[in-house]
Amino acid sequence: MNELDARTAVAAAIGKVAPDVEEADLEDSARLRQDLELDSLDFLRLVQVLAEDAGVDIPERDYAKVATVGGLVGYVAAHAAA
Amino acid sequence: MPSLGADMEHGKVVEWLVKPGDYVRRGDVVAVVDTEKAMMDVETFEEGVVAELLADVGATVPVGGPLARITQTPAAAPAPEPRAAAAEARPAAPPPVRHLAHRLGVDTGRIRGTGRSGAVTRSDVEHAAAAAAVPPVTVPAPVTVPVVPVVPGPAPRPAPRTASGAEREETGRIRSSPRARWLAAELGVDLAKVPGTGPDGAVTESDVRSAVPAAAPAAEPEPRPAGPQPAGRAPEAVPGADRAERAERAAGLRHAIGVLMAKSKKSIPHYYLSTTLDLRAAVGWMQEVNARRPVSARLVPSALLLKAAALAAREVPEMNGFYTNGAFRPSDSVHLGVAVALRRGGLVAPAIHDADSLPVDALMEQLRDLVARARGGRLQRAEMADPTITVTNLGDLGVESVFGVIYPPQVAMVGFGRVSEQPWAQDGMLGIRPAAVATLSADHRVSDGLRGGRFLSVIDELLQKPEEL
Repeated sequence: MNELDARTAVAAAIGKVAPDVEEADLEDSARLRQDLELDSLDFLRLVQVLAEDAGVDIPERDYAKVATVGGLVGYVAAHAAA
Repeated sequence: MPSLGADMEHGKVVEWLVKPGDYVRRGDVVAVVDTEKAMMDVETFEEGVVAELLADVGATVPVGGPLARITQTPAAAPAPEPRAAAAEARPAAPPPVRHLAHRLGVDTGRIRGTGRSGAVTRSDVEHAAAAAAVPPVTVPAPVTVPVVPVVPGPAPRPAPRTASGAEREETGRIRSSPRARWLAAELGVDLAKVPGTGPDGAVTESDVRSAVPAAAPAAEPEPRPAGPQPAGRAPEAVPGADRAERAERAAGLRHAIGVLMAKSKKSIPHYYLSTTLDLRAAVGWMQEVNARRPVSARLVPSALLLKAAALAAREVPEMNGFYTNGAFRPSDSVHLGVAVALRRGGLVAPAIHDADSLPVDALMEQLRDLVARARGGRLQRAEMADPTITVTNLGDLGVESVFGVIYPPQVAMVGFGRVSEQPWAQDGMLGIRPAAVATLSADHRVSDGLRGGRFLSVIDELLQKPEEL
């Protein structure tokens, strides 16, 4: 998946989990927990949505790599099937 | 209007799920109510036919005020009566007649019809109503629903059934009429402090009124700034109104939290303890379990912390129950309130019922469900009304420790901080372990530091054997 598609998928997934987060807040440096205020349940749901919609499975040991929007986009781009 | 939380003063009817003429069973959800904290389903405590809706959609009704009138049907009435089947065998009254009967509080099943093949006619109903009007209780008494005591106290689980108020004294509650309870709630009067002059010392409406100047020097002087809502606004109003409505909701929620927390700090002598939990075993076990599971079945540390807190509450009963009317009553069950931060601001703390006896996986599932519904603004009455102890898990969003304010009439609030790696000294060696700070805010009228400390150490001990949680 190219980066643009990955970004779209991540934005859509965050939109599902936290509808109040504005698209403009999704800078690469934004941290999911501190800046977007996703708690552990929101985060788990986000991981689940990405698995269902983008086909990317993020195992727990990789959680640290996806703590920011940029990290998540990069991870999805690298691991998505197509 | 049932009380959907200790701090609730009134609720707005957002949606009726029944209409006059519908048959309802005890426990059926009949309406959706907006309490400023969340939309909540309201169930009926009565079985029978909905005779009349007393509150329109959009109307704000004080706690204890009537929402609808339900007439008992022959099948639900206690007397041995022709059963429902027999009643149905007779020609039913035509709908307009039934409607009239509901309005007049007349039970068509009990009237001998004079119409064709014994059908009940309009004039039969009117006659029955006129006859009933003289001695008021010859027809099954119409019942308002749901009337809930607003005695500051634990959740009114089996709520009082009838508006007559005749049969409710067993559990040491204050005898009082529904009207008196409603008025007491309106005026902020504590029923426990009102001397009753009614039958058997029951507190009457005039007792409450005469108690006002004494008991409430300036109880909650401010009516809500916005005043009563214009009635009849549809819940899904025009999009432009959405933002304003959300802001208004947030302000209402903030006000409700403020009132409750001020009450807590004024009446509960808090003491605070904290301890650092060694989570090496718990986090290690969880990661191992999660590695084998699909995302949808994975656990979060909160689930383990909540389970440990629930078990500890069972072990140290001074933390689990309600303090009302000058005495503590421990609870046999652990209904664990979970403070959920709402994304638009504010928080609610609905309960996971019997959390101490739920397997961790079931608790995790309920936690996900509860948080999703709390954020979606749709909770059930019982969840809001009856936590016996509450946990706040603010650490999930990064803070190291949180000392909560107790939700009255509960007597303890447990806080969990962020789970993070920390240097850990043991047996003269320094290592790194995942750890988190657990805190306890507890009520000094009920317990002291020794028992509070025991509670926190039980949590720590339990987390050393996560597979047994």
